[in-house]
Amino acid sequence: MTTLTLNGKKVSTDAPPDTPLLWVIRDEFNLKGTKFGCGIAMCGACTVHLNGSPIRSCSMPLSAAEGGDVRTIEGLENSHPLQQAWVEQQVPQCGYCQSGQIMQAAALLANKASPSDDDIVQQMSGNLCRCMAYVRIKSAIKQAASQTDGTVQVYDPNRAAVVGVTGQITEQEVG
Amino acid sequence: MTRVNKTESIEQSRRQFLVGSVSAGLVMAFAPAFTRYGSLLASEKIEQKLFSPTIWFQIDTQGDILVNVIRAEMGQHVGTALARIVADELGADWNRVHFKHVDTDPKWGYMVTGGSWSVFQSYLPMSQAGAAGREAIIEAGAALLGVKPERCKTRESQVVCGNKSIDFAEVVKRGKIDKTYSAEALAKFKPKKPAQRHLIAKPGKALDIPPKTNGEARYGIDVELEGMVYARPLVPPTRYGSVVKNVDDSRAKKVKGYLGYEVLKDPSEVLQGWVTVLADTYYGAIKAADQLKVQYQKGDTANVSEDDLIAEGEKLVADKSAGALFVEHGDIDAAAQQAASSLEGRYRTASALHFALEPVNATVEFKDGICHVYTGNQWQSLFLPVVAKSVGLSEDKVIIHQHYLGGGFGRRLAGDYMLPAALTAKAVNKPVKLVFTREDDSRFDCIRSPSVQHFWAYWDSKQKLQGIEHAAAAGWPTKTMAPAFLIDGVDGKGKIDTFSISGADHWYTLPNHRVRAINNPLAQKTFVPGWLRAVGPGWIGWGVESFMDEVAHKQNADPVAFRLSLLDAKGKNAGKAPEAVGGAKRLAHVLKEVKKQSGWGRKLPDNEGLGVAVAGGQERTMPTWSACVAHVKVNRDNGQVTVKKLTTVMDCGTVVHPDGALAQTEGAMLWGLSLALHEGTRIKNGQVEDNNLNTYSPLRMKDVPELDIRFVENTEFPVGLGEPGLIAVAPAIGNAIFNAVGARVRDLPITADAVKAAMKS
Repeated sequence: MTTLTLNGKKVSTDAPPDTPLLWVIRDEFNLKGTKFGCGIAMCGACTVHLNGSPIRSCSMPLSAAEGGDVRTIEGLENSHPLQQAWVEQQVPQCGYCQSGQIMQAAALLANKASPSDDDIVQQMSGNLCRCMAYVRIKSAIKQAASQTDGTVQVYDPNRAAVVGVTGQITEQEVG
Repeated sequence: MTRVNKTESIEQSRRQFLVGSVSAGLVMAFAPAFTRYGSLLASEKIEQKLFSPTIWFQIDTQGDILVNVIRAEMGQHVGTALARIVADELGADWNRVHFKHVDTDPKWGYMVTGGSWSVFQSYLPMSQAGAAGREAIIEAGAALLGVKPERCKTRESQVVCGNKSIDFAEVVKRGKIDKTYSAEALAKFKPKKPAQRHLIAKPGKALDIPPKTNGEARYGIDVELEGMVYARPLVPPTRYGSVVKNVDDSRAKKVKGYLGYEVLKDPSEVLQGWVTVLADTYYGAIKAADQLKVQYQKGDTANVSEDDLIAEGEKLVADKSAGALFVEHGDIDAAAQQAASSLEGRYRTASALHFALEPVNATVEFKDGICHVYTGNQWQSLFLPVVAKSVGLSEDKVIIHQHYLGGGFGRRLAGDYMLPAALTAKAVNKPVKLVFTREDDSRFDCIRSPSVQHFWAYWDSKQKLQGIEHAAAAGWPTKTMAPAFLIDGVDGKGKIDTFSISGADHWYTLPNHRVRAINNPLAQKTFVPGWLRAVGPGWIGWGVESFMDEVAHKQNADPVAFRLSLLDAKGKNAGKAPEAVGGAKRLAHVLKEVKKQSGWGRKLPDNEGLGVAVAGGQERTMPTWSACVAHVKVNRDNGQVTVKKLTTVMDCGTVVHPDGALAQTEGAMLWGLSLALHEGTRIKNGQVEDNNLNTYSPLRMKDVPELDIRFVENTEFPVGLGEPGLIAVAPAIGNAIFNAVGARVRDLPITADAVKAAMKS
């Protein structure tokens, strides 16, 4: 039995401990936003946050998430500035990689509110977009970063909380 | 394409268009023109379900408009583009427009999404249907307002007459609408003039984007059915002729949740020597498949290599009797005999993968005698009959339910991945979700065939270019997957896959011009050649535009000026209405524009260069005019090429959805760059050598150059845009490398080693 926190809720599973976290998230907890792309941690479509860090869930065994705090695209609850920027900049084409792109970018902004172009390129070059929507991914991250001030805060993956657009903190139920 | 169009137009000519009030709202639908129901009103025909109407769109009593879309959504926001055409003609409020991707009910007619055809083919019928709907709503609205219909117009989902107006919702609720349009009557509606449009060619957001930012978008891989089990296929060692001799699952049995394996027998013979592994989780199926020991008898291509395929292609292009003629203009043999000088060039491209990020998959359930397939696919009408044959049902007993495609790029024009799911579901009598791993997906890919092209140019004693002969050899997708679409060569000496030679019939005026299209039979039997984004022109253009540059340099001419001199729009290059008005003049125009835009001719630092190339889109019958200038920097020590900037000017006629058009062109150009410098694999032992990102390396964000993309603003007929931006990029880069360091590269992908070697020679 493995127990972890998934998008703020405590969950447990009896899937074999070597099962990649990806399949548990998708098929057992039915959160389909996290995608399977390459299976070898090189495309980033399966990116989720584990204890605040972006990880490739296709190559992370369930056992490594024991007791951990996992957040998926669904856990951003449609209120992350990046998600609005993604719509504003009309980023997605096929859209398949975009959950992973957004989770990767959210981790960047959580650590560095005003990333340089180089920071963005470095942080995002591990995420493949087969439609090659890279120009817009970059501009959307910049837009979200430029809007991140006292009133619009980025999601802080280290806290089991979603930060509202007015700066109000909504504590989520844990456990 | 000609055939697809023909089928569609015949179907449409036999139909009538009905606009009728029913209880749920107002329905606008095509229906067969049955004479025996001729006396019935449109609403009665729809309400009494005397036939299955093809509902193109409907307006409910709240005023919400639903447009049904037959095209697959794979990132091109096609539903948005098509719904905007209808909504613009209707005069609808865009915020109240929605669309739905429909299943394969035969009433929808032929279903294919490819060739950059969607907007091109749907523009007129969608416009006309929208205009007929507008006329009907205006009549009903005018009656309710107590005014004459001639004095009314529609705006933001209102019927408006002076200062009186009524919402579509009210018209639908209170009005009684019954109109039937014959095909001829419908054809009389002309699309709105640009000044009257409120959506077409105006900025707007794609409706499929929000769910793609929050995890809600559902792709084929996300389908779940009650009681389903998971399956992973084992891809056999050769595409054809593999036979399963023995299966040992003693080790697989130790995997938790393992449910057994199936050796597939496929009456369609698409699958030869396939085994699928079942488990109660997908990870269980992956692990169990890894533990399964299968002994195969391999097919006779088990040792074929990329070098073998290229050698076969080189032999074929050199044999002047090989292939069939695609272009025969003038007398190239005479030009060759009389030539005072000549030039030859040979261009090759390596095998390339589609690598759509969502690995191919399908979920299949047999229910009440119907085979339901849940997947994302681009050409349902091509593979539905194959699925039917495979599972032993008639075609009307198979339904493909469409989902978002996690990338198409031509991979999902083939629906072969539905077959192992369908056969396994049939064998175990349970719903089955079958997913290929990334490696399985690559090994089963219908790759872009390796190709070889050879060119001969001839000059007379006055150094005047007399003509070009061109031969191109590759595996042909259409020959394997859709042979009915092959055309006859102009010399009557065989069939041609236009999708593997289009682009060779370019818009340059040459006194003598011959093009030989040659199938590479070794490629054909080693793998299934696929349609990959930009298809034929995607690799043909590499040869045509690189060689044009070599010809220009041989004449000591500026590559832009030289091209312009051949783009005289005379004779067959004059173009014709509606889709090619202006002909080669429009190609010359984008070339002149890109020349200005890129600062062509300016002084650059050492080891930097600009290169130019043009393209006429996917086919002469749907020309998308584009010109590209690449700015590159070459490292003289190691041959490494850095693309600093790509400048493109496109003329695609009316731009229906401007931001979508820009997105498609950004993506297509970066695809062109990726195929030029970053992608490419080799066939080894009958299959692709690279099957995942550890060795196959499409372009990443760090490799993206500056992009400058402009569209010519005009109101010509809209043509396709999903692919054409790709075509000119690779040759522009190759030509820029030559201008930077004098190295002529002739193979795709362009490697640093090849550049270094070419610099030395």
